[in-house]
Amino acid sequence: MALRRHHLHGRYEVTARRGEIRTGYELTGLPPGARKIVLAGNPNTGKSVFFNAFTGLYVDVSNFPGTTVEVSSGRLGRDVVVDTPGIYGVSSFNDEERVARDVILTADVVVNVVNASNLERDLFLTLQLVDMGLPIVVAVNMVDEAERLGIHIDFARLRELLGVPVIPTVATRRQGLDIVRGSLDGARPGRRDPLVDDLAARAGELTGAASTPADRAEALLMIEDDPQVLEEFGGRPAGRREEVYRRRRERVDGLVAAVIRRAKPRLSAADALSRLTLHPVWGGLLLAVVLFGLYELIGVLAAQKVVGFTEDTLLRGYYEPWVRRLLAPYLAAGGAAEAFITGEFGLLTMTITYVVGLLFPLVVAFYVGMSILEDSGYLPRLATLVDREMTRIGLNGRAVIPVILGFGCVTMAIITTRLLGTSRERTIAVALLALTIPCSAQLGVIAGMMGGSGGLAFGLYVGAIAAVFVASGTILNRTLPGVSSDLFIDLPPLRLPRAGNVLQKTWAKTVMFLRDAGPLFVYGSLVISLLRVTGWLEDIQGFLAPLTVGWLHLPREAATAFIMGIVRRDFGAAGLAALALDAAQRVTATVTITLFVPCVAAVMVIFKERGPLQALVIWLSSFAVAFAVGGLVGRLAELLL
Amino acid sequence: MNLSDARPGQVVRIGRIADARTRDQALRFGLAEGTEAVCQQALARGPVVLSRGALQVAIGRRLADRITVEAVPRRRGRREG
Repeated sequence: MALRRHHLHGRYEVTARRGEIRTGYELTGLPPGARKIVLAGNPNTGKSVFFNAFTGLYVDVSNFPGTTVEVSSGRLGRDVVVDTPGIYGVSSFNDEERVARDVILTADVVVNVVNASNLERDLFLTLQLVDMGLPIVVAVNMVDEAERLGIHIDFARLRELLGVPVIPTVATRRQGLDIVRGSLDGARPGRRDPLVDDLAARAGELTGAASTPADRAEALLMIEDDPQVLEEFGGRPAGRREEVYRRRRERVDGLVAAVIRRAKPRLSAADALSRLTLHPVWGGLLLAVVLFGLYELIGVLAAQKVVGFTEDTLLRGYYEPWVRRLLAPYLAAGGAAEAFITGEFGLLTMTITYVVGLLFPLVVAFYVGMSILEDSGYLPRLATLVDREMTRIGLNGRAVIPVILGFGCVTMAIITTRLLGTSRERTIAVALLALTIPCSAQLGVIAGMMGGSGGLAFGLYVGAIAAVFVASGTILNRTLPGVSSDLFIDLPPLRLPRAGNVLQKTWAKTVMFLRDAGPLFVYGSLVISLLRVTGWLEDIQGFLAPLTVGWLHLPREAATAFIMGIVRRDFGAAGLAALALDAAQRVTATVTITLFVPCVAAVMVIFKERGPLQALVIWLSSFAVAFAVGGLVGRLAELLL
Repeated sequence: MNLSDARPGQVVRIGRIADARTRDQALRFGLAEGTEAVCQQALARGPVVLSRGALQVAIGRRLADRITVEAVPRRRGRREG
């Protein structure tokens, strides 16, 4: 046992160094006697509420090396608690499962959180953990909701059949949490399926590996055809997964029949609303309400009211003059140092103003909106609602999640395209994100520019971007070889999101975002200041004049904004917003900068995820499409406005 | 018949699921071959929503075309799921 753990820790240290991200797995220096307690469960079981209750304030949220999957860890007394992504089973169907698997394999104790009203689904994972031979405590959460749905659970019987501690809880009301904590010492391996156990005992022989892993968990995963574990032990898939799954499913159904008694459910307003979300008419109306709410939160409250105060009043009005006065005695007026530090594009002026005054409020608002959507259980329903339309552009409904995320940060959204089933879908989604989706920071600036232009100008903008989205998706779907995967997702019931959870998520994600984006703003401002000081900025403006002035009918200085836009699109949008433009020019400018090349960070991620060829093709075609469509829409705007 | 032919309110028994990955995921969800489930909703030319107990799963139209089901007559007073 000690040997295995040592070996696995070694592996994590290597991956952690490669990804250069803190994960909490380097916690090899656990105090003597400290345990690693891992929370595992299906999505939407309330696992994070347990995590927050156990660990309190000092929590480390980080991306698992090489993935966008977030893993949180914290302390519970001497022990370390690690939260894992929600999964339906331990395997390698997607990134979440791979991460959860790697964390679970190093657990000393697993706290398996299951949803009381969905035992048919959730106990599959429980029995898999039992078959892995891990010491387990099962927390049956949301028993209040189950009661309401007429589901009565015989806990004593479930305890007996599973052979592990089983505790009813209502985590949001802190019921049962102390009992779970007190039961950690009583965690023990449950009753394994003897037939599956026998297969696992012969894992080496059945997979053609040199030996059967001493660790039962790894032996089981080998029998279940897990590619990574097979590779590690040099085996080939035995083709027994379906057989093992089928037996496990039969056991789950047997367990459920033995412990659950059903009565008539009392349906709540949320249940009725859940049904309406997919209704042909009401579903569309609800979606409109949700989008309007998001627009009010991000586009109006954050982008106009809050940013108006933080960027214009606070930073441009008070901070920038203050820092200029403060440093004036040390910087020669009109010199290079002044340009770099407190100039128009200076590190302490423009960069600070953009990051603190503009980006920060927008990103916070965006994550508040996203967390509410996530916690409410609405996203899978949205995916179902739009599935038919998405299949026309070669995607399925799940792709709506990266698209919506793209409105926050295109770079992050591109990484989440990994959740899509095939490489074909990822290519389409990445291209659409890079080309057409404006990120939250850019969106804020665009909303500001469009604010006073009236409905027609706004309609032209939205129409142009939507047309490019549909057209490029359709073309890619027609031309790319292969077939896309189909929608097959679990729809959780709608729930009222909890403020504490939403704020905690928002904070963790905002910090991560600013940590990543901050340095890029610094580099961007340095590059522009350099161009400015050397006089190259003027040359580029002159060189691009036929395009910016001749074709787009924008002022010469727009070229500066586009150069800035290469670094970050919102940077570019902010540059355009600073110019004096008429209504038609504003439409041209916003359409062009939205379709313009994705920011440096996004391009780097495309390069890494999709290879150099795709990155180059996307980058160059963004240039072409942006200027072509921008000019055409501009002509239309000149006629109409 | 195929799952894509199911109408809302209809009880179906799942027959053959053509795709292996879908079969595995269906086993995890508890919608294995031979299971009875209720068709909750069928979006026009869109996904079919199946439920079993508190579980609800949305299945894309093209996938639903490749899952065979058998209609189960609803008996009077029969409970859903």
